[in-house]
Amino acid sequence: MRSSASRQSWIIALPVIALLIWTVIYPNAAVIAGSFEDGLGHWREFLNSPADLEALRTSLVISVASVFASLAIGVPLAFLLGRFEFPGRRLLRAVATLPAALPPLVGVIAFLFLYGESGVVTRAIQRALGMAEAPWQLKGVSAIVFVHAYTMYVYVFLFVSAGLERFDATLDEAASGLGASTWRRLRRVTLPLLMPAVAGSMLLVFMNALGSFSAPYVFGGGLRVLSTQILASKTNGAMGLAYVETTVLALSAIAGLLLFRWLDRKRKYTLASKGGRARRVIRSRRVQLLMTGLSAIIVVMLVLPHLMVVLVSFARDGSWTTQVLPPEYTLENYRRLFSESELWRPITNSVSMALIATAANLIVCFLAAYLIVFRRFAGRRFLELLVALPWAIPATAIALGLAATFNQNDLATARVLLVGTFWILPVAYFIRDIPLVASAVESSLRQMDSSLEDAARGLGASWLMTMRRVILPAARPGLVAGGLLAAVTAVGEFVASVVLYTHSNRPISMEILAQLRALAFGTAAAYSVLLIMLVLLMTLAARSFEERLA
Amino acid sequence: MTTAPGARDDSGIREGKGGSEGALALNGVTRRFGDFTAVDNVSFEIGPGELLALVGASGSGKTTTLRIAAGYEIPDAGTVTLGGKDITRIPPERRGFGMVFQHYALFPHMPVEQNVAFGLEARGVNKVDRLVKARAALASVGLEGAGSRAIQSLSGGEQQRVALARAMVIEPKALLLDEPLSNLDPTLRQATRNDLRAMLRRVGVPALFVTHDQEDAFAIADRIALLKRGKLLQCGTPEELYHAPVSREVAAFIGRGSIIPAEDKGNVAAVTIGGVKRDLNVTRPKGASAKYDKAFVVMRPDALEIARGAGVLAWRGRVTNRRFAGGVVVYRVELSDGVVVDVESNSADAHEDDNVSVSPLKGPHPLVPA
Repeated sequence: MRSSASRQSWIIALPVIALLIWTVIYPNAAVIAGSFEDGLGHWREFLNSPADLEALRTSLVISVASVFASLAIGVPLAFLLGRFEFPGRRLLRAVATLPAALPPLVGVIAFLFLYGESGVVTRAIQRALGMAEAPWQLKGVSAIVFVHAYTMYVYVFLFVSAGLERFDATLDEAASGLGASTWRRLRRVTLPLLMPAVAGSMLLVFMNALGSFSAPYVFGGGLRVLSTQILASKTNGAMGLAYVETTVLALSAIAGLLLFRWLDRKRKYTLASKGGRARRVIRSRRVQLLMTGLSAIIVVMLVLPHLMVVLVSFARDGSWTTQVLPPEYTLENYRRLFSESELWRPITNSVSMALIATAANLIVCFLAAYLIVFRRFAGRRFLELLVALPWAIPATAIALGLAATFNQNDLATARVLLVGTFWILPVAYFIRDIPLVASAVESSLRQMDSSLEDAARGLGASWLMTMRRVILPAARPGLVAGGLLAAVTAVGEFVASVVLYTHSNRPISMEILAQLRALAFGTAAAYSVLLIMLVLLMTLAARSFEERLA
Repeated sequence: MTTAPGARDDSGIREGKGGSEGALALNGVTRRFGDFTAVDNVSFEIGPGELLALVGASGSGKTTTLRIAAGYEIPDAGTVTLGGKDITRIPPERRGFGMVFQHYALFPHMPVEQNVAFGLEARGVNKVDRLVKARAALASVGLEGAGSRAIQSLSGGEQQRVALARAMVIEPKALLLDEPLSNLDPTLRQATRNDLRAMLRRVGVPALFVTHDQEDAFAIADRIALLKRGKLLQCGTPEELYHAPVSREVAAFIGRGSIIPAEDKGNVAAVTIGGVKRDLNVTRPKGASAKYDKAFVVMRPDALEIARGAGVLAWRGRVTNRRFAGGVVVYRVELSDGVVVDVESNSADAHEDDNVSVSPLKGPHPLVPA
């Protein structure tokens, strides 16, 4: 009985593991191998290149600065919204996660329209103060960190909010009963207990900032970071150096991951979830006014990028030069998008590629999660590692690995030609989203009582019927949530696309960049609005699907 | 106010706490949540060294009452006083009470010693002194040498004692305990009752504890305050509540027994079952009216006996259930007129479906008004 169960596990596991080795491990191994194709030559080249060393340093500086900037916004905001009740709280709560809904490149161009040298806010301040030049320039490390803080504080905010919600209120009461002041309770009890949540979100921001491509690419202004450096080397045909840079980027990410694991090693407790406490109602009129004013400012700051993209999408291309706001408005941008097939192409490209990648994610990740949660077999830990690995590898590195591996048809080395075809991007999206979908499905399955499967089998249900009637329904919330996240990320994907796209399969993000380069701001913004709409549509579709089934 | 001689320990922990001798009192305290009145005009006083148990079913308002005493809730009406001083609006951090939470609320990120020393840390006691005191407190609950252990490595009983040490080390002006025994397994629970009572008495301050378990209350408390739907039904010694309940509700909650209609005749009450009328000696609570218009007698299992054979003055019935309870056997007997009583007996002779006679012992039996 036992051996037949184990044999069955392997029959499912083998294809899954083989596929993941082929798509996840193999390309990265090819990159590492490629970095040594010239012995240590490429590595020597990297170490002797001031530009590359500067890029590494800048990448790390930006990542660490982004972490602290995100903490500075996310933690106070989580406390404000989690612990206090004041007029305007609900509105602020509703928009607090808005930045996460912006595809990365769209966030970047929104900032360009707002705070760039010819951006609305910049120009308005310049005019108001009668300055000859722009009061600031949106480039360099500070500009990148600014954008990162805006989009990535959401991780910190969500993690800390969840931590506060799970926080056992009696611990706080116990501390106050023992005579601890508000400040001491915060410092000695609340914050230390929130540390796991804080550390988790810090790691997430760090990994995202390290692999970030769009912000450095758009407002680097000559600034070198590893991810852009990789693309530059590849474009120049210096593939060996690109492999070394990719390896260094991936190693930095993994080093960061291990560092955070190590810092969090001592923790043995988990936050018990005994229900949070009621939010404190602010009664003082003055404090109330202050809070409301403050949240109004934050709400405007958060919504402004979205509004700006919508506004610019109606601006006539080429009309917006030195004015504060675009002078001429038109529906032309949208009309052209929908009527000219060349302009419509990126949209169908993105949608179909995202759907293909998501479908593959759902099938593979469901099987992987099922094996990880319910089956005991020798390869289980390895499978766990395989599905988590793409999370630790920056997208640029994944893309370069694919470029290095699937560039020819060679059965002997298990290579097929995907580069230059339509299929290379769906594969890249699939790999990027494996950890996301797998962990969503895993957490759904973990909530299921594992004896249910045994019960179904004991009642005479075949393996297939057990899957269909017991396991799949249990996995459904995770499949819907994970699938939605995967589709949303894939449809706006930029970082891997910029390395791998061709003209015929160019996704929306690449088209936005091309339009921006051609100074067709209106068209670029119209694409961005459409992208946001797509994300919204998918979210609504997933929600109604889930509601209909539930 | 109950003060057992020799139970107070004046040598150690109470030194230098002038003015803390005061009793803790709730005076007409009411707390509403929306339309729901959780605590309704509750008053009681606890003297120094006295142990009062707040007893009631879940939802009776006992925890809210405790939280009002601790300062976590502010009553809508009524006051909380300590030694006659109004402390109703003093926040918990300045009240100086020791509290033991139901799930202990030990800080999971601090080792045992730091948990115990936390209250001293908040009072600005220097590191050396607070370690010395924390260790002494741990020793006093039988946990010497456990200071550096992680909270997660402790058993439930050990956690409970750490929580107790943490509450006592700050030399509290009162001790408040929320279901201190409910998270312990039954065997440990029995053993802990005596320890807990001894430790609480040693501190010598008013101690208030909440429990839904009357056995715990009987074993630990000097007095019991019984709450139902936010109202205080009766407050008195365990014996008073058991032998002289003021109402049917109290009689139904405290102890076991059947509540049977009776005719109040002053010193005795007449109970008629199946045409057989017996006069019973009765007690009534202090200050109750000399005669009730309509009365019920509480017949405890230990105040009845099984009489074999057909005595003329006994109630006839049939055994429906027989349960061995250690030294005695408890019979459930269905008498005529649908009256069901439990009877404790030393004799194990009767069996289910046997016909038996039940006769009341001398008593006195508690009498309550309708």
